[in-house]
Amino acid sequence: MSDLEDAATAERAASGEPDAVHHHETVVGTPAARAGASRPEHEVPLRAEGVLTDGGPDTVRFLDAEGNRLQTDEANAPYAKIVEDMTPDDAQRLYRDLVLVRRIDAEGHALQRQGELGLWPSLLGQEAAQVGAGRAMRKQDYAFPGYREHGVAWCRDVPPENLLGMFRGVNHGGWDSNSHNFHLYTIVIGNQMLHATGYAMGIQRDGDVGTGDPERDAAVMAFTGDGGTAQGDYNEALVFASVANAPLVFFVQNNQWAISEPNYKQFRIPPYQRARGFGFPGVRVDGNDVLAVYAVTKAALDAARDGQGPTLIEAFTYRMGAHTTSDDPTKYRSAAEVDIWREKDPIKRMRGFMETKGYADATFFDQIDQEADELAARIRVACQQMPNPELPTMFDDIYVEPHPVIEAERTEFVAYHASFEQEGAQS
Amino acid sequence: MSEQKLSLAKGLNSGLRAAMEHDDKVVLMGEDVGKLGGVFRITEGLQKDFGEDRVIDTPLAEAGIVGTAVGLALRGYRPVVEIQFDGFIYPAFDQIISQVSKMHARSLGNLKVPIVIRVPFGGGIGAVEHHSESNEAYFAHTAGLRVVACSDPADGYWMIQQAIASDDPVIFYEPKRRYHERSVVELDESAGAPLGLHDARVARQGTDVTLLAYGPMVKTCLQSAEAAAQEGKSLEVVDLRSLSPLDLPTILASAKKTGRVVVVHEASTFLGMGAELAALVQQECFYHLEAPVLRVGGYNIPYPPSRFEEEFLPGLDRVLDAVDKSLAF
Ligand SMILES: Cc1ncc(C[n+]2csc(CCOP(=O)(O)OP(=O)(O)O)c2C)c(N)n1
Ligand SMILES: [Mg+2]
Repeated sequence: MSDLEDAATAERAASGEPDAVHHHETVVGTPAARAGASRPEHEVPLRAEGVLTDGGPDTVRFLDAEGNRLQTDEANAPYAKIVEDMTPDDAQRLYRDLVLVRRIDAEGHALQRQGELGLWPSLLGQEAAQVGAGRAMRKQDYAFPGYREHGVAWCRDVPPENLLGMFRGVNHGGWDSNSHNFHLYTIVIGNQMLHATGYAMGIQRDGDVGTGDPERDAAVMAFTGDGGTAQGDYNEALVFASVANAPLVFFVQNNQWAISEPNYKQFRIPPYQRARGFGFPGVRVDGNDVLAVYAVTKAALDAARDGQGPTLIEAFTYRMGAHTTSDDPTKYRSAAEVDIWREKDPIKRMRGFMETKGYADATFFDQIDQEADELAARIRVACQQMPNPELPTMFDDIYVEPHPVIEAERTEFVAYHASFEQEGAQS
Repeated sequence: MSEQKLSLAKGLNSGLRAAMEHDDKVVLMGEDVGKLGGVFRITEGLQKDFGEDRVIDTPLAEAGIVGTAVGLALRGYRPVVEIQFDGFIYPAFDQIISQVSKMHARSLGNLKVPIVIRVPFGGGIGAVEHHSESNEAYFAHTAGLRVVACSDPADGYWMIQQAIASDDPVIFYEPKRRYHERSVVELDESAGAPLGLHDARVARQGTDVTLLAYGPMVKTCLQSAEAAAQEGKSLEVVDLRSLSPLDLPTILASAKKTGRVVVVHEASTFLGMGAELAALVQQECFYHLEAPVLRVGGYNIPYPPSRFEEEFLPGLDRVLDAVDKSLAF
């Protein structure tokens, strides 16, 4: 048994959690051991399986599930100072983000259920991973998201209303990437990892790395999921970033599911351990511990801006909801597993921490809840009032320069639709 | 009697099941095809019944899926690959174009790669981007690939089995917006498949104008023909079923009969299937034609956000408008 398995089994035993609900990490042998091994008599398995884990001892974590500040250990020690330097105000700001981001997400989900949106990919359970990462960024840093990064969008000051357009079918992305340093969502898994890498290579060529000027040095964050780590583009991005020593932080939210496929169908070695094989460090952080995520991401971004090259962060978390509103997770995972993770809730944890520390009182928490209600109401109205686009605008912005085929089709389209109006007027 | 009323999804599912029962070298692979049964449930229940070694939930990587299917095929298997949505086939484009299509030729006929690549395609479901594309022309353009598109439950049931039985690689398009439409399917195998994999089918007889369509547009054309009939116009609808090769005898016979042809597809018209069909029809039927071959298709823009799709996609109005233009010549 590996350490990971030991730790996981021990933790389960200690916590009284039900036994492995599904399997995660795998033990990997060495060539030497394999050479000495006798031929297995049992059927050779075609698939890798592992056991359920809480992330294992390498996981950087500062708060336990109740929000108690954990002892310094080997994993979190390098980041302890960052957390210690955080003020009660910092904690309050992070808590506010967590609550508002969850509320934005809940509103998106509700709007889909009421037919206002065609689809919504919920981030429920991943608030700390996204807020911790997003808040560690500086203004001049740039983020390349997947499609679930509503929390990172929030941290980049993208108005939540603007996220809705693409899920309502009125546009493919309703914000200006360059005014938020937050790229459009990328749905094709993995594509954006390479874009992030190239962007970081541009930053290098602009000389905006390692100058020591905190206003100037910049880095890039590339977001994907556990499933995304299997994709060719992802792996090529890691190669390119490594070779270029690019100012880049790969941020893998391992929510343990890629639609219906658990981790062991995507990899046998967790993403943070694979980074080393590409030539740069990887770190696993408890993705439900916003302090830990913030600290680990801040350290990685600082290093990247300083010219020390890429880092891969694996935020070990859990997708509490369905993959999207189109998905039915009861087909492939047990309610018991979801229950285990509900106990590790990121907001409950941060609130516990703040209460213990006396960082906030009941009035503060009530105020945030009220702010969340107001934000949700604002989003709802904005969504319902979002106008349908003017039809001929579908021909806009296909090319930068005029294009005769597009121009001809637009003209034809407009004339064609006008002919109906005339008919309508005559009859 | 083995007639059953099935949806297209169920027809495909039953066809896959039959193929797996007939030949234990048939393996299914793709993202979420196992326990979940695929996001459209086309492989529902198959992993449970045939095991995880024959219904493989693959890692999330399309080049990997198709590339390993090539290896499995070289080892004597008949992989049936599911691409989750049309817009996610592009990571596998290299494997399909560079290897799948060319393997037989470059091995001087020694090697074959009998792979079926299933692609739920087309729009009309209100989806976000990359989920509504019609990319058949890229593959039909590529020598070495066979490309087909089913349009109804019976074709789903029979064509998927024929595609799997084919020793050539087949790109198999499934009109996702028609997955849940139902009709009666004859499942009796002793009678054999009603049509060959590469046969076109005259879906409705008519005398005035021929509509050539495939996949999701067959239903649209049948509805158009119904509407036209109310106005005394007789439209013939040909369901191409096969895009490469084309069933030219059936297509040309219809074109000669009516003298007027309109091609309808969701894909953009520029260099789409309609371009090839128009060229072939005018070349082979020049003296029979009363009007130039017309095309109705998606506009030449990226698939737009879903609030535009009703106007982007050919519907009854645009088809009938083209019919009128053809008749006016
Ligand atoms: C290239 C590509 N293939 C398939 C899909 C369909 N798809 C959308 S999300 C998803 C699973 C992604 O899992 P993961 O990377 O773990 O991210 P999560 O959804 O869990 O955030 C799949 C297969 C896609 N969007 N892009
Ligand atoms: Mg995931």
